[in-house]
Amino acid sequence: MHSEKSAVAERDRRGEPGVGDRVLEIRGLGKVYAGGERALEGVDLDIRRGEIFALLGPNGAGKTTLISIVCGIVTASEGTVSVDGLDTVRDYRRIRPRIGLVPQELHTDAFESVWATVSFSRGLFGLRRDDRHIEKVLRDLSLWDKRKERIMHLSGGMKRRVLIAKALAHEPEILFLDEPTAGVDVELRRDMWELVRGLRTGGVTVILTTHYIAEAEEMADRIGVISRGRLILVEEKRELIKKLGKKQLRVELQEPLEALPAELGDLQVALLSEGHELELTFDANDERTGIPTLLRRLGELGIHYRDLSTRQSSLEEIFVSLVSERTEPRGAEAAP
Amino acid sequence: MSVGRFNHNGVWAIYQFEIARALRTLGQSLVAPVISTSLYFIVFGSAIGSRMREVEGVSYGAFIVPGLIMLSLFTESLSNASFGIYFPKFTGTIYELLSAPVSFLEVVLAYVGAAATKSIVLGLVILATANLFVDVQILHPVWMILFLVLTAVTFSLFGFIIGVWADGFEQLQIVPTLIVTPLTFLGGAFYSISMLPTAWQKITLFNPMVYLISGFRWSFYGQADVSVGVSLAATFGFFALCLVVVGWIFKTGYRLKS
Repeated sequence: MHSEKSAVAERDRRGEPGVGDRVLEIRGLGKVYAGGERALEGVDLDIRRGEIFALLGPNGAGKTTLISIVCGIVTASEGTVSVDGLDTVRDYRRIRPRIGLVPQELHTDAFESVWATVSFSRGLFGLRRDDRHIEKVLRDLSLWDKRKERIMHLSGGMKRRVLIAKALAHEPEILFLDEPTAGVDVELRRDMWELVRGLRTGGVTVILTTHYIAEAEEMADRIGVISRGRLILVEEKRELIKKLGKKQLRVELQEPLEALPAELGDLQVALLSEGHELELTFDANDERTGIPTLLRRLGELGIHYRDLSTRQSSLEEIFVSLVSERTEPRGAEAAP
Repeated sequence: MSVGRFNHNGVWAIYQFEIARALRTLGQSLVAPVISTSLYFIVFGSAIGSRMREVEGVSYGAFIVPGLIMLSLFTESLSNASFGIYFPKFTGTIYELLSAPVSFLEVVLAYVGAAATKSIVLGLVILATANLFVDVQILHPVWMILFLVLTAVTFSLFGFIIGVWADGFEQLQIVPTLIVTPLTFLGGAFYSISMLPTAWQKITLFNPMVYLISGFRWSFYGQADVSVGVSLAATFGFFALCLVVVGWIFKTGYRLKS
């Protein structure tokens, strides 16, 4: 199982079959902070043009470090990052106007007006003043009515929108969203997802980090899982769920059982709901799912059932199992 | 889409941002220094100065004008430039600067340019204010402007370095209050070095402010504690030193990037 995962990841890292247009290329990226703490190790990743890529991982896994290196805020200890073949360090003046970053923390100029701070960003990235574009960005983010307000008077959600507006002010082709919906209310989260989809329609490549699986599941085309500074998996979202997903068959019994019959011991079956239900866990991709065997044996044992249902594990479960698999051998620290 | 050789839109954005910050806090950045300078003129120029003899042919009130302008130039350049770069570090908005297609040189140019602009304007405003109280002569206006601009730029660079180095707001204050202001007072802002006992005169020559103030005063009244050439060399020397330190910060990413 583990080797299969690595093989999948390896194939994807090399970006061999089916990868059309590679926009961002990360090779052997590593970072050791001045304090000696290693934040990233040997990260290889390709991002395709126009996709939404979710970088998934627990807090402290290295997501922000990875993004910060690509955007030039943190210096890499080893490895390279290139955009369309141009090195992000050497050719930063050509690369950076094409990249936008929405940071995780609400870093804003408290005393500035919304309009001023968003216009500032456009200029900083080397673009000529364009009030029409700024107006469009502000309207898209429902900030137009607030344009004259000082940022300090805005709510947290509004500040988050301002940061997105700043990142979009210079019309980037690649947008990084670092935990865009952390601490954000449901409505804004929906808006944010809507916005990201709209950006993709416009051809923008979006890379977002999140530790909400639901977000990755909802938004992403592909998902990368990062844990303890290593990219442990990169996969199409659908494939990931299909390939790694376990399925469960629930069997609702007519009469509760006191204990699991010994005859079912060789199957992956558990007794649930005080004996009212049986649950079989199987791999959806296996030739032999074990379902016919279970049902046959139930018949032989004279156990009657009322209903059957199957369900597929969510990304959340996949993620938790992946991360715990990676962390267990290395120590006691558990994934949150 | 590339920013080309010089990201003028980027530099202009930072410059405007900094100037806007000063205009927003006009009371703090302009009115306060003008009021405190006026107080100096009232106390030293009129109240005490009227009882004092002339200093080398210049009335005491007029004599202190160049020193006072220098004092404001030093402290305002330092605090403007250091605060300008320290505040983004403090609030975290520096992420944008670091991820933007601006070189360190462009960042320095914008911040130092804005800080120097502000202190030059302030210096000229103080000069105009002084003119209301005393009769100020300027014998060498071109040299006066040269010293004014060079000092403003140098101390803005110095302030930028302090702002990069500082870890907290107290550290921003350490250099201006504990070093620059005392050295300026002891450096002949309010007296001529020749008024001191001989031993002190020698010691005072180790104070770099003496050279800056002396040169500036020479451009007004043609009299100096040290020769103008030495003053000019000292000013340029300090300017070059600040440039070297800024260059070193650029190379190492000191305290800006992790």
